[in-house]
Amino acid sequence: MGCNCAESALSVDTALLEPYLAEYGGAEGGLISLLQKAQELYGWLPADLLINIARRIGVKPAKIMGVVTFYTQFRTKPAGKHLILLCQGTACHVNGSAGIEEAVREYLGVDEGEMTENGLFTYNNVACLGCCSLSPVMMSGGKTYGGLTKDSAVRILKEIERGEAV
Amino acid sequence: MRVTVGKGSCGIAAGAGEVFERLERDGVKPAVTGCIGMCWLEPIVNVGDKTFVRVDAEAAGEIGKYIRGEENGAERYAIRQEDLDNLNAQVRVALRNCGVIDPENIGEYIAREGYAAAEKCITELTPERVIEEIKASGLGGRGGAGFPTWFKWNAARGSKGDKKYVICNADEGDPGAFMDRAVIEGDPHAVIEGMMIAAYAIGSDEGFVYVRAEYPLAIIRLDIALRQAREKGLLGKNIFGTGFCFDIRIKAGAGAFVCGEETALIASLEGERGMPRLKPPFPAQKGYLKKPSNINNVETYANVPWIIRNGGAAFSAMGTENSKGTKVFALTGKIKNGGLCEVPMGRTIRDVVYGVGGGIKDGKAFKAVQMGGPSGGCIPAELADTMIDYRTLAATGAIMGSGGMVVMDGSTCMVDMARFFLDFTCKESCGKCAHCRVGNRRMLEILERICAGDGREGDIELLSGLAEQIKDGSLCALGQTAPNPVLTTLRYFKNEYEDHITHKKCTARQCKPLLTYSIDGAKCTGCTLCAKKCPSGAIAGEVKKPHRVEREKCVQCGKCAEVCRFGAVEVD
Ligand SMILES: Cc1cc2nc3c(=O)[nH]c(=O)nc-3n(C[C@H](O)[C@H](O)[C@H](O)COP(=O)(O)O)c2cc1C
Ligand code: FES
Repeated sequence: MGCNCAESALSVDTALLEPYLAEYGGAEGGLISLLQKAQELYGWLPADLLINIARRIGVKPAKIMGVVTFYTQFRTKPAGKHLILLCQGTACHVNGSAGIEEAVREYLGVDEGEMTENGLFTYNNVACLGCCSLSPVMMSGGKTYGGLTKDSAVRILKEIERGEAV
Repeated sequence: MRVTVGKGSCGIAAGAGEVFERLERDGVKPAVTGCIGMCWLEPIVNVGDKTFVRVDAEAAGEIGKYIRGEENGAERYAIRQEDLDNLNAQVRVALRNCGVIDPENIGEYIAREGYAAAEKCITELTPERVIEEIKASGLGGRGGAGFPTWFKWNAARGSKGDKKYVICNADEGDPGAFMDRAVIEGDPHAVIEGMMIAAYAIGSDEGFVYVRAEYPLAIIRLDIALRQAREKGLLGKNIFGTGFCFDIRIKAGAGAFVCGEETALIASLEGERGMPRLKPPFPAQKGYLKKPSNINNVETYANVPWIIRNGGAAFSAMGTENSKGTKVFALTGKIKNGGLCEVPMGRTIRDVVYGVGGGIKDGKAFKAVQMGGPSGGCIPAELADTMIDYRTLAATGAIMGSGGMVVMDGSTCMVDMARFFLDFTCKESCGKCAHCRVGNRRMLEILERICAGDGREGDIELLSGLAEQIKDGSLCALGQTAPNPVLTTLRYFKNEYEDHITHKKCTARQCKPLLTYSIDGAKCTGCTLCAKKCPSGAIAGEVKKPHRVEREKCVQCGKCAEVCRFGAVEVD
């Protein structure tokens, strides 16, 4: 192995992943579930972690990268504490979701997939959250916000910020 | 008196959680139900056979008084008779329990004849007889193509192998559709029971439900349902005291539309990139781990127990010559009453949009309805009397699809709609076939150009030509159907393409680069708000005097029209 970056200290604590390595590591078709658990634990999937996982379950790092980059759920960059999912599905599009994104981007000052400087937010566009009858819709922290306007979307972000301040 | 609160994802988003808590605090013990489909009236509370809609915390207080028999103002929130009539005009087979039972309580499912169909199949009928009944029902796959369900079951049954799998496709990728989410959230046992019956019919002992990651609540409810079914011995070993064994696992998707395609879904289940595979072999021959597998959609499975209980003939008595039974639709977009409905096949688009959906929002004119998502097309208002069945819809160039109906009014630009879908398919193409990967990208670039005002003569021909090549040159249906949104809009709304290309006009006023902004001097009060907000300093004028837009500086961002409080900015 030419690469030895995984020998040095890892950016995350892999001990947390041990039970899942045991559960999914050897299981048929378990790779995606394992990566989902890892992302749940660490918030994102740093390269050194992926190399470590590859070594542990005996597959090539390239294969893992192939899977990670195929699915939009997986992040190879850290995300903000609050992940905002902005729906850009058909129903939301027809009801003005492009404008909502504009307002969110303007307010946060970052592009899709990037983290705000204070580490609080990342927003991602997604195609349909399944609440189309309330379109336009966004989701954060398991909560769905419907009937958005540019103003209400920004107001929700401000509320989240206020919740963090106290 | 039974009190229920609709707590599907949509109900919760509308505030059902707070309503539920408020009722609890008032000493009422409400039960949870899934989505009844009247999403525009959420949150919904049922007390006995009385329904209250658009309930907020205050209304919940009144309902609490109503329940205790005190003087109250709950009547204000009672559902209107016409909305109730609309609900009763539907025919609910797949949705029979949604919004009625508590999805987290298996007892309520069983009380409504739940698992009776599975018991009948497993203890009384041969697998062949079960497949016969499904054949008699005429049930077609609800995932989009309407392919005869019995045929797939029969093929999987006939495939040699000691290990077979039953897979439920709950990836629901069509953006703008949420039937499958509602079914799993509202009646998960119906799906489990349908899968059990399929497993018995094909000879399988293991199943998977592949649920998209964006549906966390569906995953939770399904997990609860599976655990309860296991506790009752309805899943596991020796079910109903027979030798039949079957269990189901949940697999969460990871966000890839193409994984709704059955062979890609199987690749994803195997932990791989979700790349579609060449058919044949079909999943019934070589599916998950190369073993014979039967894969059906959520709604398809949810219909199965009803069919067994009521007989295939009762199902096939509904619908049309080539499309039997009922279909669930998700009505969204510019519709007045957005939500879910289930109607027999053979109703017209008009019946659904105006009957169930109450027509277009704000009394505007109906322009088109998009059916079939990225694989489907836009059906114009002139064709509103088109009958809803697989063949008739396909003749319009759209498809039945999974049941998403996105309704549009005059403010939707059809060229932009085509661009929107192409943008979607480009992002979601797995990249395997050059025609899909590169061809769709080229189509998207042309559409983007047209929307940006740089359309050229010959673009329409170029788009049609590319579309045909992409259809022919793609391996899976994602690529084969990707040009449909472009082809249908070209077919029915060619004038809009011509307006964009030749006259540089977007009549729907959506394509910003094609718009011109001006200020109506009679309405402008000179408040200077637009001038302050204009990012390019294109608005000139003195305070308290009418302003004007300097065309050469304007970047068509639309900010002025958005902020003006006097409606003085004219957009053309
Ligand atoms: C690109 C693409 C996406 C699809 N997405 C879904 C989906 O989200 N849900 C679904 O049930 N079927 C989807 N299908 C159809 C499946 O391939 C398959 O036909 C279906 O699950 C079979 O079940 P059925 O016979 O019960 O409809 C999709 C097909 C394609 C080509
Ligand atoms: S389109 Fe936005 S929630 Fe479905």
